[in-house]
Amino acid sequence: MKIIYFSWLKETLGTSEENVRPPANIKNIDNLIKWLSAKSTKHRKVFLKSKSIRCAINHQIVNKSSKIKNKDEIAFFPPFTGG
Amino acid sequence: MIKVQKQKINISEENKKLLKKKIGAVVNFIGVARPKNSSGKIHYIEIEHYPGMTEKKIKEIEVYVTKKWKLNNCIIIHRYGKIKPGENIVYVGTAAQHRNNAFKACEFIIDYLKVKAPFWKIEQQKNKKIFVKSKKKDEKKIKINY
Repeated sequence: MKIIYFSWLKETLGTSEENVRPPANIKNIDNLIKWLSAKSTKHRKVFLKSKSIRCAINHQIVNKSSKIKNKDEIAFFPPFTGG
Repeated sequence: MIKVQKQKINISEENKKLLKKKIGAVVNFIGVARPKNSSGKIHYIEIEHYPGMTEKKIKEIEVYVTKKWKLNNCIIIHRYGKIKPGENIVYVGTAAQHRNNAFKACEFIIDYLKVKAPFWKIEQQKNKKIFVKSKKKDEKKIKINY
């Protein structure tokens, strides 16, 4: 599973993407956030602000109860500031 | 037509494409990088985007507004990368039979780009980097979810 980070999340983590293999009991975005938070102190720092973090699965905006699959590309980012 | 690009937008060239067609009204919105914010001078802004998803989201809005406001033509260009104060950031051009539709479509597109397209701005000041936060009033303007 490919995880991509943008904006301050990328800056805090020091990386823009990572490939992960979560265990079978990680079934949705909320589970994934909890699992990723335990990976490192940097991950924990990022996901402490999970209420202000948005998520997309394969380029589609989703909510935190959305189901995930092994081949998904999952992106985490703050609200958009284009224009 | 949509474009996500690093280089400056050639506004007169884009307008020529809109004016080619026999239409009654052309409306432009051009977003420009500001030289300062409430906390001081901005040296440059940096725009990051999510390649693949960005184009998809902008295409969706192009299709939506073209149908809703019966546009003859629509051009949406958004830049990414480093942008200096005074440079253009975004260009929206709408062409329609009547001005009302061209105005409404243009306003809708730029409101949409602010909160629904995956772009993130950083303002670089002398000694600090500011991750620009989205504004609640901008988020409330767009109620459509794609």
